[in-house]
Amino acid sequence: MRVGVVVFPGSNCDRDALEAARLSGAEAIPLWHEEPDLRGSELVVLPGGFAYGDYLRAGVIARFSPIMGAIREHAARGGLVLGICNGFQVLAEAGLVPGALLRNATLRFEHRWVRLSVERRDTPFTRAVPEGRTLRMPVAHGEGRYWLPEADFDELEARRGVVFRYAPPEGNPNGSARDVAGVIDAGGRVCGLMPHPERASEVLLGSDDGMLLFRSLIEGAAETVAAERDPIEVTSR
Amino acid sequence: MTAVREAPTVPAAASGGPGAPGLHRSLGLTDGELEAIRDRLGRDPNELELAMFSVMWSEHCSYKSSKTLLRELPTTGEGVLAGPGENAGAVSIGDGLAVVFKLESHNHPSAVEPYQGAATGVGGILRDVFTMGARPICVLDALKFGDPAEPRTRHLVRDVVRGIGGYGNCIGIPTVGGELVFDASYRDNPLVNVMAAGLVEERRLVHARADRPGDLVVLYGSATGRDGIGGASVLASASFGEGETSKRPSVQVGDPFMGKLILEVSLELVERGLVEGLQDLGAGGITCATSEAADRAGTGISLDLDAVPRRELGMAAFEVMISESQERMLAIVSPDRLAEVEDVCGRWAVPVAVIGRVTADGEIRVISGGIETDGSPAPGGRIVARIPAAALASEAIVYRRLASPPPRRRAAPAPGAPVVPSDSLPERGTDPGAVLLALLASPNLGSRAWLTTQYDATVGADTVEASEGGAAVLRVHGMRKGLVLATDACASIAARDPWLGTATAVAECARNVAVTGARPLGVTNCLNFGDPEAPEAFWQLSEAVRGLGDACRALGLPVTGGNVSLYNESPSGRIAPTAQIGVVGLLEDVDRRVGPAFRAEGDVVGLLGEATPGLAGSRYAELAGSAPEDGPPPIDLAREAALLRLLPLCADAGLLSSAQDVSGGGLAVALAECAIWGSLGARVELGVGAAPAVELFGESPGRVLVTANPSRWGRLQQIAAEHDVPLGRLGTVGGDRLRIVLVGQGATGAAEDRGAGVADEIDRPVADLRRAWELALPSALGEEEG
Repeated sequence: MRVGVVVFPGSNCDRDALEAARLSGAEAIPLWHEEPDLRGSELVVLPGGFAYGDYLRAGVIARFSPIMGAIREHAARGGLVLGICNGFQVLAEAGLVPGALLRNATLRFEHRWVRLSVERRDTPFTRAVPEGRTLRMPVAHGEGRYWLPEADFDELEARRGVVFRYAPPEGNPNGSARDVAGVIDAGGRVCGLMPHPERASEVLLGSDDGMLLFRSLIEGAAETVAAERDPIEVTSR
Repeated sequence: MTAVREAPTVPAAASGGPGAPGLHRSLGLTDGELEAIRDRLGRDPNELELAMFSVMWSEHCSYKSSKTLLRELPTTGEGVLAGPGENAGAVSIGDGLAVVFKLESHNHPSAVEPYQGAATGVGGILRDVFTMGARPICVLDALKFGDPAEPRTRHLVRDVVRGIGGYGNCIGIPTVGGELVFDASYRDNPLVNVMAAGLVEERRLVHARADRPGDLVVLYGSATGRDGIGGASVLASASFGEGETSKRPSVQVGDPFMGKLILEVSLELVERGLVEGLQDLGAGGITCATSEAADRAGTGISLDLDAVPRRELGMAAFEVMISESQERMLAIVSPDRLAEVEDVCGRWAVPVAVIGRVTADGEIRVISGGIETDGSPAPGGRIVARIPAAALASEAIVYRRLASPPPRRRAAPAPGAPVVPSDSLPERGTDPGAVLLALLASPNLGSRAWLTTQYDATVGADTVEASEGGAAVLRVHGMRKGLVLATDACASIAARDPWLGTATAVAECARNVAVTGARPLGVTNCLNFGDPEAPEAFWQLSEAVRGLGDACRALGLPVTGGNVSLYNESPSGRIAPTAQIGVVGLLEDVDRRVGPAFRAEGDVVGLLGEATPGLAGSRYAELAGSAPEDGPPPIDLAREAALLRLLPLCADAGLLSSAQDVSGGGLAVALAECAIWGSLGARVELGVGAAPAVELFGESPGRVLVTANPSRWGRLQQIAAEHDVPLGRLGTVGGDRLRIVLVGQGATGAAEDRGAGVADEIDRPVADLRRAWELALPSALGEEEG
């Protein structure tokens, strides 16, 4: 599987995301924000950081970047998109996932190790997570308080759009409504979350739970490819 | 070198007017310095030249008061690839890789404008690291403030912490450790010292030199503005008087987004071999960067003043030349690589301009009206300043300041000398368990989580242990190796004996690195002291440098760089002499690292080293609110060196479950911390002498609290004996309480008969200790949640 990691000026988790994707067996390439070409990426990752300095508001400038048109088309075609932290903010600003990320309730930047409950295991992002398993990974953001108007929130919950919630014992680090840490679009192919799975890539670093997300995506894609390839292999035999 | 006989005439429009008599004084130069400048030039300087001299001859840029002292430091050693005089030190870690690291102050800017002062402190030290061609991997910050109960201190703490996070979090370099100390002496003059480290392939190490005449001088990054005018001279090199807010325009403003862009541009330029030399623009701006790069190589630079991109119209020549606008880099580029350099900058949308040429004549020439390719003025162009590069840099004025000790100085006891212990603290009848809780709940010893949660410590995905107080551990990407970093100062001891306080800080910092199992590689430092023209302050500085040198020689550690921050005083007084030490160490196998937390029930608790009397300067004495008369504890540097050899061997052999340096708050606090971090209790028996506070809360150096599986205890004893380090067995890890039973001469009864205060045992639930420790900082700063 080919994973493209978008590099905006100010992205600072792009290298970590490339590394995590490679660790889970994918071919990972950087995608420069000015080039509206995903170079055959099946999964596009919008990494953390401060795209364009996050001046004005997090993610608000990045959504106008040339590559965003290609990502929009990729998503419309049912392509996979994962937004992490600042990448989630960009996806929300671009309207590719519902909701908004507001200033943390503490009004401070919060870096903490948190625990996530996985609300859905039937998404391409979570299929490798064992049942009942919570995931431990860090958050590091100043604007991560998830918000949605109540009526829309009920609709989101009704269609099972919440994928990750902050869970005990550490709990909710930023005051997100209904403890939301990550959501998925209605098509089930575009996911955004504030915590950093790419930093929870090895036990040495404190946890390798984040690899369950990457493995879900990459193994899932491999199976799909294998299924598509099977008939060809039969005829060639 | 021939001196220029005739002063270039500076047109009023470019210089802001003809030089007025006494101008040099308002620029921070003395009459004597003006004379020395005339000597160097063989004529009067013009106004622009005077401005250039004023920044380069400032204490901050020239080290004119400290230079003679710093020459005595040991700066060479195995693996040292770059030492003092470079932008940062560099030491080989094997496999063709080098670690680049440095510690630097941003004290006065942070006192005047705490957010920007701290933010640009981070930006500046990171530039020093990537200027060497290294990708920064982490930041540690050492902060010193006054009484946390005062609203002004709280404001400073809040904004300094926000500033550090604001820059470091955005540029994406993890902040992984440091220290936070409160002491009344820092009330009006807080200290913001920032340490950064990076990694580079040895063969790509870049030097800040302009070697080849004909090469281009290229400026990239932010445009030059009026911010930070006089940062080095007016702000950093003078004591605070009244009305310091008038100095606010001298503080630079940081842009971490541009910082990130020039970081990536610089590393790409180095990676592709497009630059001959790199120099960041910090204190002294273009003047400092060009004169140092030229002087290091014995060359000159001709500057095309009009080519410098500016933020605003109407800037005078001197403003362009000494502006300290942030996020600017100077590259020395071969003319045939210029197009590629411009291409890299263009892709990251970073403004770039050719602003001069390297010349062979050893002079910094500032030219208005355009320059030719040989660095001479274009037709119609004029030289507006002309100074030998050496006169600005390596041959700047040097002082031998007068040092005199304070009138009543109590010498530290020599190692092993009999000391009359002070056991009257705290008052008789005080429960030592309550003392322990009070220490854990004190702002200097409590949990740093309030602070560390505001810093991104995991970006980069290489952070193994982020730690505020001990050492931070990072893995070397793609390898088994790990880097261990710590920063420490012992100002409360240095206030009584600057030699001892500094030597103790070096030993403590190296010990903090070694307890993880790492072998210390080198030392960086930031010397924060008062007015060097005051003989007592200069004595403190010279004693501290002597202590730094003695300790580094004894421990076999090279000093690879550092920074000196003087004039840290205000009308309310002088700061405690603060030699901030930074140590970097190497773990050959990061999986063999030893952490501080208790790990397993049944492990044996032991103490390497022995307590020596001396409670002065301790947190215990601070809590008691009185000054003990017994002096601070002495240091045994040979014992420290033995510990540094022993600890990595123990880690390599897998003998230790945990190891923790004994320092602030003494053994009782170290035990409590290990218990809190491990969520495991312990029962120990502590032999105490006539003054139990010495063993319980004393901070004598040379001690490490260790735990080990009982099956490994015998081997541990053996190896400790081989290194001539005493190892005492204290007890066992287990349960959910910390129980410290006192035995010996100072135990209950015996001590009470003599009127000693501390006598009873300590027996507290770990949960209670944790609660006190966690609430310490938020409550001291008035930031309790909910």
